[in-house]
Amino acid sequence: MAIPDLLFGFSMAVLPQAGPPAASARHRLRPIPLGMVGMLLMGVMVGCDTASHQKLSLTGSSTVAPLVAEIAKRYEASHPGTRVDVQTGGSSRGIVDARNGTAQIGLVSRALKPEEADLQATTIAIDGIALIVNGANPVRSLSNDQIRAIYTGALTNWRQVGGLDAPITVVNKAEGRSTLELFLEHFQLDSRQIKASVVIGDNQQGILTVAADPHALGYVSIGTASHEAKAGAAIRLLPLAGIAPCLENVRSGRYPLSRPLNLVIQPPAAPGVVPFLAFARSPEVNDLVESQFFVPPAR
Amino acid sequence: MSNPSSSFHRHADRLLLWTLRLLSALAALIVALILLFVLREAWPALHQFGPVRFLRDPGWHPASGDGDGGYGLLPMLVGTLLSSGGAVLLAAPLGLGSALFATSYGPPPLRGLHRQLLQLLGGIPSVVVGFWGLVVLTPLIRQWHPPGQSLLAGILCLTVMILPTTALLSEQALRDVPAPSLQAAAALGLSRRATLEGVVLPVARGGLLSAVVLASGRALGETMAVLMVAGNVIQVPASLFDPVRTLTANIALELGYALDLHRAVLFVGGLLLMGVVAVVMALAAGLRSSPGHG
Repeated sequence: MAIPDLLFGFSMAVLPQAGPPAASARHRLRPIPLGMVGMLLMGVMVGCDTASHQKLSLTGSSTVAPLVAEIAKRYEASHPGTRVDVQTGGSSRGIVDARNGTAQIGLVSRALKPEEADLQATTIAIDGIALIVNGANPVRSLSNDQIRAIYTGALTNWRQVGGLDAPITVVNKAEGRSTLELFLEHFQLDSRQIKASVVIGDNQQGILTVAADPHALGYVSIGTASHEAKAGAAIRLLPLAGIAPCLENVRSGRYPLSRPLNLVIQPPAAPGVVPFLAFARSPEVNDLVESQFFVPPAR
Repeated sequence: MSNPSSSFHRHADRLLLWTLRLLSALAALIVALILLFVLREAWPALHQFGPVRFLRDPGWHPASGDGDGGYGLLPMLVGTLLSSGGAVLLAAPLGLGSALFATSYGPPPLRGLHRQLLQLLGGIPSVVVGFWGLVVLTPLIRQWHPPGQSLLAGILCLTVMILPTTALLSEQALRDVPAPSLQAAAALGLSRRATLEGVVLPVARGGLLSAVVLASGRALGETMAVLMVAGNVIQVPASLFDPVRTLTANIALELGYALDLHRAVLFVGGLLLMGVVAVVMALAAGLRSSPGHG
């Protein structure tokens, strides 16, 4: 039977697409399965190499990873013999991998919690989280109370907040994402109270969803949202408590919903880690930080 | 049998036999290893909560602390069954119709084209179907009934994805009907319709059923397209327009971000999915071997 073989061939070809949506092609990050293959190959390469060659592996937040991938590229160019491997998997993964040594550096898109005091964080950029609506939505701002009421299901129609007579599509993030944690913490909400109409994975999916739905309300990283809005996505960023979600306000600290993007290590630092951290913090990468719509930290 | 080369042939046969045995054992071993691995990863959660809690818990809040979180997988199981079931209900008759077109009713010049189009459809990656669903299908559904990302959108995307499987396999099943049966039908002077109803469909029943089963398997396991269009809200849907989350979407959304118990519970979801697929396969095997049909 030739046909079933053919079909199995199709499904095999489709399978790799079903990986975690966290890594987007735009940032040229490998999705995790390929990354694992890469690690295996690299293991072989490192095994053959002399001691002058070094490999750093970084895992964690999908918000930090694209920026770090760019920084890593520049670092590799100026440090021949060093390989930097970046994989996504969320901030919690960054913490765990840095602790148990799976990765030398964890990527964490929030400040460290008190119970994570055993780790050392290096802030390489600051990002904010912005509420976004579809570009066609006439609503120009929402108060904190209105946002809280919408996300808990107390307000369900845009007319109740000065918009068109249409039901609000509440876009929420899936469990475990630090963007969700930060959003809940800022608005003093518990994940059980949220009444979502759509649950999304990464920032890109959130922007696609809001751009395709004129009545959607979501929240994503300001960096990604500004980038996509500039590239023509039909979304608009809403001010929060009257403060515009722009880079100047994130830089000055006025924007209320912002977070540090951290590289996290478990001391003592593994060989080769300290120079990379210093490089990632240096003004040499300011242009990369800004090109991803993040704010370089005060140095 | 006293031929001098026969002992050589027997040896060659034995070699082939053992190679084949080894290969099939390997294939079975892979499935067993996957099952063992999933079981091992799911074990911490199964051990701590027992299997019943995953179906009884009212909510899904796996990241909110130990023990007091909700770990209800039932809404996602329902989401998986409804989206796949709906897609199979749509794709099976469409596939059969397409197969009849390709074997009996369609004008011969169009048949090849039709088949190639179906093969092309089968080659479209699921993310592309999902993207189409997100930007074309869900806005249409939203105009009808918000929010658009819904069980219905999931069913339609899945239908598009499994239609080639049902159509091409059904076509093969119809083609596998022995020519003498058809000749006998023609000799009896049966009409095309009577031939189909009385001869072709009953004889091809097993093959048609296989087509549906393989398609169900694919629908149950499909992840990306459903993740993009079905809304992923964890609830038992009250209508076709409510968003749902499937077991596969749940794993894809959360596995990269899950730690400890949360991660283990996601593997319980995987185990549940394997169970569902096994049940579907077993049902199909039972149906196929039911008396009176080959």
